[in-house]
Amino acid sequence: MNTTAKEPVWIPVSAVSEFPEDGGVCAKVYGEQIAIFHFSSRNEWFACENKCPHTGDMVLARGMIGDSQGEPKVACPMHKKSFSLRTGACISGEEYSIKTYPVHIEDGTVYIGIESPGTQG
Amino acid sequence: MKRKLVILGNGMVGHRFAEKIAEYGGAEKFEVTILGEEPRRAYDRVHLSDYFTNRSADSLYLSPSDWYRANGIRLLLSEPAISIDTVSRKVITSAGTELPFDELVLATGSSAFVPNFEGVDKQGVFVYRTIEDLEKIMTYAKQVSKVAVLGGGLLGLEAAKAVLDMGKESHVVEFASRLMPRQLDEAASSVLKSKIESLGVRIHLNKETKQALGDSSFQGLEFVDGSVLEVEMLIISAGIRPRDELAKNSGIEVGQRGGVLVDDELRTNVYGVYAIGEVALHKGMIYGLVAPGYEMAETLAYNLCSPGQKTKSYAGSDLSTKLKLIGVDVASFGDALGQTEHLPIAYTNPRTGVYKKLVISPDGKKLKGGILVGDADAYSTLLTLYLNNVELPAEPESLIVGTPSKEGSAFGSLPDEAKICSCNNVSKGDLLGAIRSGSCSDLKGLKECTKAGTGCGGCIPQMNSILKEELRAQGKVVTEHVCEHFKYSRQELFQIAKVKGIRSFEEMIRTHGMGNGCEVCKPAVASIIASIYNEPIQKHREIQDTNDKYLANIQRGGTYSVIPRIPGGEITPDKLIVIGQIAKKYDLYCKITGGQRIDLLGARMEQLPDIWKDLVEEGFESGHAYGKAMRTVKSCVGSTWCRYGVQDSTAFAIRIEERYRGIRAPHKLKSAVSGCIRECAEARGKDFGIIATEKGWNLYVGGNGGVNPKHAILLAADLDEETCVKYIDRFMMFYIRTADKLVRTSAWLEQLEGGIEYLKDVIINDRLGINKALEEEMDNLVGTYICEWKDVVEDPEKQKKYKHFVNSEDPDPTVCFIEERGQKRPVDWPKKELVSN
Repeated sequence: MNTTAKEPVWIPVSAVSEFPEDGGVCAKVYGEQIAIFHFSSRNEWFACENKCPHTGDMVLARGMIGDSQGEPKVACPMHKKSFSLRTGACISGEEYSIKTYPVHIEDGTVYIGIESPGTQG
Repeated sequence: MKRKLVILGNGMVGHRFAEKIAEYGGAEKFEVTILGEEPRRAYDRVHLSDYFTNRSADSLYLSPSDWYRANGIRLLLSEPAISIDTVSRKVITSAGTELPFDELVLATGSSAFVPNFEGVDKQGVFVYRTIEDLEKIMTYAKQVSKVAVLGGGLLGLEAAKAVLDMGKESHVVEFASRLMPRQLDEAASSVLKSKIESLGVRIHLNKETKQALGDSSFQGLEFVDGSVLEVEMLIISAGIRPRDELAKNSGIEVGQRGGVLVDDELRTNVYGVYAIGEVALHKGMIYGLVAPGYEMAETLAYNLCSPGQKTKSYAGSDLSTKLKLIGVDVASFGDALGQTEHLPIAYTNPRTGVYKKLVISPDGKKLKGGILVGDADAYSTLLTLYLNNVELPAEPESLIVGTPSKEGSAFGSLPDEAKICSCNNVSKGDLLGAIRSGSCSDLKGLKECTKAGTGCGGCIPQMNSILKEELRAQGKVVTEHVCEHFKYSRQELFQIAKVKGIRSFEEMIRTHGMGNGCEVCKPAVASIIASIYNEPIQKHREIQDTNDKYLANIQRGGTYSVIPRIPGGEITPDKLIVIGQIAKKYDLYCKITGGQRIDLLGARMEQLPDIWKDLVEEGFESGHAYGKAMRTVKSCVGSTWCRYGVQDSTAFAIRIEERYRGIRAPHKLKSAVSGCIRECAEARGKDFGIIATEKGWNLYVGGNGGVNPKHAILLAADLDEETCVKYIDRFMMFYIRTADKLVRTSAWLEQLEGGIEYLKDVIINDRLGINKALEEEMDNLVGTYICEWKDVVEDPEKQKKYKHFVNSEDPDPTVCFIEERGQKRPVDWPKKELVSN
């Protein structure tokens, strides 16, 4: 995977109205499953991979969002491990982490920033 | 025949005495009546000035409104005694009631001392004593801008602060040459005075009032020295006068300058008549503080409840105080004014407004008293050294200069009998005992358990360090807060939601929490709201725990299981066939659950609405297997089939399950009904279980098969069906209202102070007087039941939430099954190696 820092490519996903307030949904972006959260009580958006790094199940979008000492996070629905939505680090003190993505809103559409689409692997 | 104990006065001391009587088991010996002159029950007069800001008597009350009844104490309000007949031994009240007594306790307290100067009766002059006084003050203050407080003692300075807070010009007038003349010396007073003046309160010392100015309404004070203070309102807080007139008129001996004379056992000269608190004159002292009154109450209650034991003596009280006056720390303890032989060590810093004084014994070894103004951090250390007569370090000044250790290593070595809370006479050992018993794991709990820290509050830092130290020693730090977002327990949040009518998480966190919430508090609030209002939980979808959110249990692979309700485990062949057909149609794995239902596993998220549409059409409803809710009621075949059965357990189980289906609770709830003592339904392994007897039904509670399996305990025996249902209503609602989050009934019952006997008292005898409310709440939940799945399958909008992708109709391509024993199951999770990209 190309890791050189560069401006991501913005992929439109869906209309803002499709996203529940203070909740998440899963989107399919170039074959990847990405969990996108409309954190409306913070007026922020976050995105991360949908896969629970612990069990491999595609469920993070169904997790509950919240904060821990001000850090925005999502709790995995399988065993309630929490992950920072900013950095992807596991707040519950486990070693694994998740990948996060930038989110951009324009004209009522939600965009996800992906590096070099289609060239991964 | 119980002895008749009459308490005159329902102030802080009278109430404390009643509490102690209850605590010492006096309810078995005495029929207690307590008379209050005020229209309300006992409240915290020490924090009266809080009323200026919060206007809430509720926060000042010393006990819940049902406390008296729950403890078998008769409370008569707005009904003072007007005479005591010491010969025929009865009290006559203002309402003409005659109350015969065997024991009589005078706890009539004191009234404000009103100096006798001319014009003191003018309109605009008030005393500062009761909530009613405060209400009058607040009303009158609306029309004035300048207010004086007569009296520079503790209460007077508090009142001056309240005046300042009301936005008025505030003056303090003191007869003596210094503020708080009983506690502070000249130097301390002068530091305090400049501090208080810098905040805007004007202080007038050495002022003897000659007369009040003004025609009908008060316009100011003229002093003996000829000076005049022009103010429009006067609040008198110049000391107290014991309310001894009733005693005096009844031939009970009083002191020359007032106060009912008592000996070391708080006895008056009349047999069986006692006096405690501010009305009592003990060894020439009338104490104007609550702590000595509490000590007297404790001593007397102990003596009355423990006949035959060695009686306790009241030896007089320590007059230590620590207060925050207008934001300035002030503390004084022991022989603060140095009235006995001593060496003083003092430190003054006019720049920072700090004054500290130690009064030590001539040999420098013992601390006899002290004063702290501006910085009272050292108070709890010093008070402990003083009260326990601990030998001082070689350089005692180190205790007040430099930075004294707050959590003091000095305490670690304190003996268990060291007194920590002098207001309530609580020792270090008492605190440790309460912590070790497991009944309190935070400061709030410790205060409730031991009463320590509920008087002046000066010992709170020490309580905190003892608590922390002990919890650390036990290897735990426990709080009852739901999580970092709410400084409340679940029980408190429940009450808040109910009282304030809060119906959403957003409202709850905005008004009573902080931050954005989390996976702990969101479902807890969701459960509370559901338990109170019983709305479809999908209305608050994003705060539901993962299973509630999709109305199904998430399983390995991220698929879901489906459990339709099968009340009592009874099912017709047709319905059984339908379940089989639906399972086949959607390729679901089937299993009979431990609760006599059928689990259909392996449903993909997007299949759930279709599966349930089919089930609902065939007459099934949600089994709530996904919720912290009432789930299943197991049964045996009972008297309809079984050759041993004595009652129809199946019919009763169905009735129970249908009554309580889906009710949200702090944790999942299960039940069972057995038709005879052979217990084939294993009812005693359930949160509540019912076993048939020849005469009716036995109701057991608090069992379950969770992590710590417990057999349920008998709550009531041989009930008819209606009574049994009524008791279950009460039990369930009481649990729902009071249990902490995720605590099952067995743990809840274990933690309930008083255990099963207390629970019986609440459920059967209505000890708390809440059963009617509990039954009504349950009726409301039962009456508003809806099938959550029916609600979803009738609403296309809600079904949309079950798509795996927001931008594609595809299912989750990663979900895979393998075959085992003729059915499908999810593939295993990867072992050891973490899943990586």
